[in-house]
Amino acid sequence: MDISTQDAPVPPPTTTPTAEQKRAARGATRPGDRIFLGLSRGSGILLLVIMAAIAAFLTYRAIDAISADEANFFTAFEWEANSTPPRFGIAVLAYGTIVSSIIAMVIAVPISVGIALFITHYAPRRLGGLISYVIDLLAAVPSIVYGLWGALVLVPNLKGLYGWLDAYLGWTGIFSWQGLEPRSLFAVGILLAIMILPIVTNVSREVFRQAPQMHQEAALALGATRWEVIRMSVLPFGRSGVISASMLGLGRALGETMAVATVLSPNFLIEASLLDGGGGTFAQNIASKFGEATETGRDALIASGLVLFVITLLVNGAARMIIARRKEYSGANA
Amino acid sequence: MSNVVMDKRPSTLQGARLPRWTPWAVALGSVGAGLGISAAAGLDSKIQWALIAALLFVLVNYALGVKVEGSRQAKDRVATSLVWVAFLLAVIPLASLIWETISRGVKVLDGYFLSHSMGVVADTEPGGGINHAIIGTLEQVGLATVMAVPVGVLTAIYLVEYGRGRLAKSVTFFVDVMTGIPSIVAGLFILAIMLQLELQPFGFAGSLALAILMMPVVVRSTEEMLKLIPNELREASLALGVPKWRTIIKVVLPTSLGGITTGVMLAVARIAGETAPVLLLVWGSAFINNNPFEGAQASLPLYIYQQYANSAGNAAAYDRAWAAALTLIIIVMILNLAARGIARWKAPKTGR
Repeated sequence: MDISTQDAPVPPPTTTPTAEQKRAARGATRPGDRIFLGLSRGSGILLLVIMAAIAAFLTYRAIDAISADEANFFTAFEWEANSTPPRFGIAVLAYGTIVSSIIAMVIAVPISVGIALFITHYAPRRLGGLISYVIDLLAAVPSIVYGLWGALVLVPNLKGLYGWLDAYLGWTGIFSWQGLEPRSLFAVGILLAIMILPIVTNVSREVFRQAPQMHQEAALALGATRWEVIRMSVLPFGRSGVISASMLGLGRALGETMAVATVLSPNFLIEASLLDGGGGTFAQNIASKFGEATETGRDALIASGLVLFVITLLVNGAARMIIARRKEYSGANA
Repeated sequence: MSNVVMDKRPSTLQGARLPRWTPWAVALGSVGAGLGISAAAGLDSKIQWALIAALLFVLVNYALGVKVEGSRQAKDRVATSLVWVAFLLAVIPLASLIWETISRGVKVLDGYFLSHSMGVVADTEPGGGINHAIIGTLEQVGLATVMAVPVGVLTAIYLVEYGRGRLAKSVTFFVDVMTGIPSIVAGLFILAIMLQLELQPFGFAGSLALAILMMPVVVRSTEEMLKLIPNELREASLALGVPKWRTIIKVVLPTSLGGITTGVMLAVARIAGETAPVLLLVWGSAFINNNPFEGAQASLPLYIYQQYANSAGNAAAYDRAWAAALTLIIIVMILNLAARGIARWKAPKTGR
């Protein structure tokens, strides 16, 4: 661990600490302390610099593309970025990205919370350990493997479910199905749900495990059933953890590229039904169109990537505010 | 129901209870009924069978609970059965994923497959291997880890041990935002730089994008672990006159080492499977390229994608894709197991 002080990527700032920093690092008078503070603060600043650089570079390349765009960048239903003059718009991509992520969240978050509770409060201790171990390993399964499985195993199995939804819920319009290959946004949503499930479960599990034992025993002693214990002392404690877990999952779902690119059969239309047609997502469109993109085409894809970047920024910012409002007790720095 | 209560001494402290085996019986019954209904209705998708059985399980449990034990216990039973159903619903696709990958992957996975590249084999022919892709993945991920872990751990230390005021707040905020950066955006960022500098694709460019993806994950997990360390430990060390930085290195970090290792392991696992940045920045190649700083390189996830996408349904290419997927999973699992071993070995002896 001593190594971390030696090969730091950022030299320590040589400026004298301000009054605020002195307060922050009380007792930082020894050289070792000053170097260590400098290194760790430098790393933090490096992260900020990277974020700024991402925004700056993407914007810089995107401006060229958007100013060359003959169609409306936000409302056009086409992507002909390689032709002259280039015509492209992101309406379809924005719709597809948001809808598929929402489907994934609706399916995955309740199930993940259920599994997390199962591991921490329902399963026998041994079984719980085994399951959380398996889930840990499944969090590590790469997205491309999920994509391969989704395209070659899941999609053929979805036909029955699609027929069902069409038969019973087809009247709503969003679940009507024309009988095409089920490579639509709904299939993508299901696959994304399966993919983000281990992450959401892992984080929720950690939070539920830390729920104060005393509260739970007190509730049990008052005659609460197991569900009442969970509802009264575990879930309130874990709420912000579950939100941040969902946020991690949503982040992965919004920007998931390869699994969507393998499962979806893309087109540039917005269908009323989730089961018909393909649509597209930002990330999938970039991956699929990149190979044949010209210089302008690449800049156009960077422009759509910038929009995806902004969307994830907004989503994470909003989630962050929700968590800040329900700030939980933390053991350190209290 | 009553005979179960009657064969012990009747208790006035407890209302009527269902026997312990009820949930199992209900589970068996609903699976049976689910299969029966599905077969009768001629449903051919296993997904529908599972959904029907799950619905029956929850409903019957609730009905029994309300009838025998009263509404509070019934709610408890519904919650229990929902939790079980959630668990089972999730296990089915995950088990299927593992099973399909293994059973389809072992077909062409052998020593030849691991030691040869795709240099002289067309995508539609059988033969060839993934040697070039394994080399590429190991180099790119290794370089990314070397860059990301020190930065991530130090940032977490800053946030937990030093962080007050506006800088720490904005770092926390942007680390959260950065966690949500899609891999393809990180790839586009490096791509924009490469377009600006007119560089050709090479392995290290992929590493840079992967490091960007890895840093916030390491920060977040390390931060959580450092926060769990009781302040009493720090105070005890500081009270003995140990400088803060030595307290951090000798007390705080060793105590949380297991958790930090787990976090790093998850981060490595995440980036080892990233395809999108590699697709944009490293391009992939059919030949062995040992130098990550020059020329296109292959990588395992990218290889899987290209075998799937460029082969137009060719069976030989699908076999290779599954075998490469199995290899990738095995590599990731070995990483995980090793990291867990280290975590257990290094972990301080605590009560838990």
